[in-house]
Amino acid sequence: MKINKQSNLYTVIYIIVLVVVVGTALAFTSMSLRERQQANIDADKMRQILASVHIVPEKADILSDFDRYVTRQYLVDAAGNEAAGDAFAVNVAAQIKLPADRRELPVYECTLADGTVKYILPVYGAGLWGPIWGYVSLDADASTVYGAYFAHQGETPGLGAEIEKPAFQDQFRGKQLFKDGRFMPVAVVKAGQKPAGDEDYVDGISGGTITSKGVGAMLDDCLSPYQNFLNKLRNR
Amino acid sequence: MADNNTSWKTVLFNPFSKNNPVIVQILGICSVLAVTAKLEPAIVMGLSVIAVLAFSNVIISLLRNTIPNSIRIIVQLVVVAGLVIIVSELLKAYVYDVSVQLSVFIGLIITNCILMGRLEAFAMANRPWASFLDGVGNGVGYACILIIVGFFRELLGSGTLLGFRVIPQAAYDAGYVNNGLMILPPMALIVVACIIWVHRHYNKDLQED
Repeated sequence: MKINKQSNLYTVIYIIVLVVVVGTALAFTSMSLRERQQANIDADKMRQILASVHIVPEKADILSDFDRYVTRQYLVDAAGNEAAGDAFAVNVAAQIKLPADRRELPVYECTLADGTVKYILPVYGAGLWGPIWGYVSLDADASTVYGAYFAHQGETPGLGAEIEKPAFQDQFRGKQLFKDGRFMPVAVVKAGQKPAGDEDYVDGISGGTITSKGVGAMLDDCLSPYQNFLNKLRNR
Repeated sequence: MADNNTSWKTVLFNPFSKNNPVIVQILGICSVLAVTAKLEPAIVMGLSVIAVLAFSNVIISLLRNTIPNSIRIIVQLVVVAGLVIIVSELLKAYVYDVSVQLSVFIGLIITNCILMGRLEAFAMANRPWASFLDGVGNGVGYACILIIVGFFRELLGSGTLLGFRVIPQAAYDAGYVNNGLMILPPMALIVVACIIWVHRHYNKDLQED
């Protein structure tokens, strides 16, 4: 039987068969690779968390180093009480869309080689072109910033993308989140200027104003819900 | 070119030089600018394009007598898109760091003009084996340019190759500085232009008046 290849019926059947075949192939690939991909994503997250306490492990050591240094991970609620759940699995990007008092707030407790305890808090916000995120680590006094790690998806190289450079991140070391008992997250301001309040501040990036402001807003938004938790730590 | 009698050597090697997709046909420039700041992503991108181009050429060539004419571009797109997603999933599973660096550009292979050009011009009219060689040839032609550009940009821009420091510390102590401009996209265009310049110098027949 001769098939008319230009007929509508042939065309419709052809494209349906093609799409089903390609769709099946894609579904199969995705299913068979998912575990490996998730392992990579988790390892990358661990690397970023460790980076906020200035630990940069070799690729092969990420898992073992994470288990060694991060001694506890748990969730807290806005009142500062521990909540049930898996801290590592919490999607911070989804949490920041909720009102502050309904968020699940992950805390990673990290014990360094010298025995000091650091608290690592995840942050997530918006830069100029896309999301920015990071991890801020605090000393045991729950106020002094020990380290900060920021990353971005697509900020402009040389401008906004500078937030991932040590030159920017190292400025946060030693800044205070509490001033005279009042909670004030670190502000990011134009170089040479000062914030309106008397909170601690760091210099933003010239030419990367919107990204810099995004970092400031991200710290405000993501650290404020931890206020009660941090207060409890301070009074302990 | 679309002749079945053309020897396989011409099909495979022509895209290297005389008919190079990047420096002669000026296709796929977008990704050349984007992924060549470092050598490693350039190599991975080159390999990805070779794989996608070769396999999509073969698949389209196998299907060429069954594809209804009215939807042939759609069929080509579906095949290319499917292959690109498979490649991108594989990269995420096996070379996660590189896949993060390449970000959207793996996905954008779908819109790379080289692919659609080869499918339309070659695979639709030739047998699978010839199409496979054509795909590999064009892919390698593209990858070569990517690697040359990536080599110079990483060497002069960061002083490293594949992440290893090649310019000795002594040079920096003596006042040498990396050229930050090399990292930015415009320099990729200038490096490509230099390659075209050298290439045309040796291939007088390609020179326009």
